[in-house]
Amino acid sequence: MANNIEFDFTQNVSRALKDKQLRKNFKFAMGNFILKRQQIFPDKNETERLRESGNAIKKRALNKLPRLLEQLEEKCTRNGIQVHWAETTAEANQHVLRIMKAHRATRLVKGKSMVSEEMGLNEFLDQNGIEATETDLGEFIIQLNNEKPSHIIVPAIHKNKKQIAQIFHKMIPDTPYTEDVEALNAIARKTLRQKFFDAQVGLSGVNMAVAETGTLCLVENEGNGRMCTTVPPVHIAVMGLEKMVEKLTDVPPLLRLLTGSATGQLITTYVNMITSPRKNDEKDGPKEVHLIILDNGRSEILADPELRQTLQCIRCGTCLNHCPVYTRIGGHAYGFVYPGPIGKILNPQVEGLKKAGILATASSLCEACAEVCPVKIPIPQLLRRLRNESYSSEPSCTVKECGCQHNLIDSLVWKGWEMINTHPRFNAIGHKIMGVMGSKIPPLGPLKLWNRYRILPKFARKSLHQLVEEQGVENE
Amino acid sequence: MSKRSRDRILNRLHAAVKQVSSPAAAASGLPFEKLGRDEKIDKLKGFMEAVRTEVHVVEAQNWIEPLKGILKKREIKTLLYAPQTTIGDTLQKHWPGEDENDGLPELVTYEGHIENFKDQLFHTDAAITSTLGGIAETGAIILWPDKKEPRSMSLVPPVHIAVLDADKIFNTLGEVMQAQNWPEKMPTNAVLISGPSKTADIELILAFGVHGPKELIVFILS
Repeated sequence: MANNIEFDFTQNVSRALKDKQLRKNFKFAMGNFILKRQQIFPDKNETERLRESGNAIKKRALNKLPRLLEQLEEKCTRNGIQVHWAETTAEANQHVLRIMKAHRATRLVKGKSMVSEEMGLNEFLDQNGIEATETDLGEFIIQLNNEKPSHIIVPAIHKNKKQIAQIFHKMIPDTPYTEDVEALNAIARKTLRQKFFDAQVGLSGVNMAVAETGTLCLVENEGNGRMCTTVPPVHIAVMGLEKMVEKLTDVPPLLRLLTGSATGQLITTYVNMITSPRKNDEKDGPKEVHLIILDNGRSEILADPELRQTLQCIRCGTCLNHCPVYTRIGGHAYGFVYPGPIGKILNPQVEGLKKAGILATASSLCEACAEVCPVKIPIPQLLRRLRNESYSSEPSCTVKECGCQHNLIDSLVWKGWEMINTHPRFNAIGHKIMGVMGSKIPPLGPLKLWNRYRILPKFARKSLHQLVEEQGVENE
Repeated sequence: MSKRSRDRILNRLHAAVKQVSSPAAAASGLPFEKLGRDEKIDKLKGFMEAVRTEVHVVEAQNWIEPLKGILKKREIKTLLYAPQTTIGDTLQKHWPGEDENDGLPELVTYEGHIENFKDQLFHTDAAITSTLGGIAETGAIILWPDKKEPRSMSLVPPVHIAVLDADKIFNTLGEVMQAQNWPEKMPTNAVLISGPSKTADIELILAFGVHGPKELIVFILS
């Protein structure tokens, strides 16, 4: 998941905050998304009912996850879809490579897939002499510029049209400079039509996999997803194993939540449901369909009753749109494939707290993400849990590399804090000392850091206890 | 490799769900308004027009003439259609011979498999298909492509024309799934379409026709 060899979150954040263009791009786009979501979910009670329903569907699916995956495998196999399992992203990449090699294929077209980003698939295929072309417009733009997505839904949102005009002009042969969005669109259409025509294999993600029927649902607006799954003779779908739903009738409510939360749409242009490869008497569609089911740490997350809620996520990106931190620093600063609030809870669990635990600190716990999440993941609660796990000294802690931040000074400080607040005598002494000394503590170490953007509170000379003792209380 | 990974993954998952089970409320089916026939037509039309679909409500036998007008106006040269379907038969019956075609496109059929037809498919101006039904709640048509009407017909040509029977417009997707018993008979590919291909990936500016059809024209036969 990581492509962050020298990941310095603090530095990333301060760099992003200084980038005025980036902040402008994100502020505009996120404001727009918030508005569009509000318009599509105007009735608060109905939205709440819908979210309850989404939450229930995903919880039920997670409770039965192994059985549903087995059922999916059985149905898919019966329908002619070949199922492959991958414990790690490396294994998933190998599956793709093996399928490519079996067909002597060197050209792949890709629909948008965050799991393929998690796999680092493009780089991997490139090293193996295979050309993988992103066909979603946003993904295509950033692939040309050798960048990673900065948003789950609109991957090139950090770029404005001037920047995109330059990228097209520079990277696509015989392309004049134009800032006209229709014209940029037409350039992409022309370039990518040829890629669809030539491709030997098409790859896509999966928004929902239905155990009951063995159906893979793909949601999109551009038609590139349908192209990748219709025109080439081979289709490979990659999915995280949490994308399961139990029944086909679970799809409509989740679909409504997904498109409404992601882009403020009642429905996307296309909802593509794939249940089998081309049948004998059919004229098109891939002759082979492969489904790669990726674990990469997810099965361990399922074992924790609180943290498993992370797996309810349907990747709509609305928590990013509503996050005051994400809106100001953008997606790249997070340094991992999944940015924003969902990334802050997912990456530390998959990558370990040592490497990614700091992400959980980039939140004011304002609860905006929890209020809008279509499947009601209590993100702030999980952030607090991950923060605690980082500093935990309990042997019962469960997250990878828990306790990695545990240190003596912190423990002593908190032990002291606990004593002062639970023993009346220590409390009185503590207050006396702080009343006299509190304002004279030199701003050193962590206090200096804390002080940089905050004003140190002034300690009253006498504590409330003391004042009450001296003055008494009326109407006691 | 895959088999061992499969077993290890499933073992972990089985152990995990044995350990904990999250209390999940039963998902109630979403309530929806049951609309009358005309209301459903209006709702579907309104929503689909809002995403730039061209919708014509016509009398059941009366879609050929407006279709001809649309094709001529756009100077469409080739129209891909499926013979041996109701639409195909009607088209053949009402299409003039080559010498008297009067600016109408040539009717072409999907010859052989996509491997042989791809070049022609990518150079066809328009395609006309039937639909399985429509969804009023969100505004969408439902296509279940089959051996007669391959799925690339509604995807590759720049103009897609779809014919929808007004009696087959359902209130919601959930309703049509149950009414037609989808879980028992999902086809190779089912697709819902609400409009022409679109994107807002550049500065959230909406642009149409990025990869799929640039135009979607729907005839509702009422």
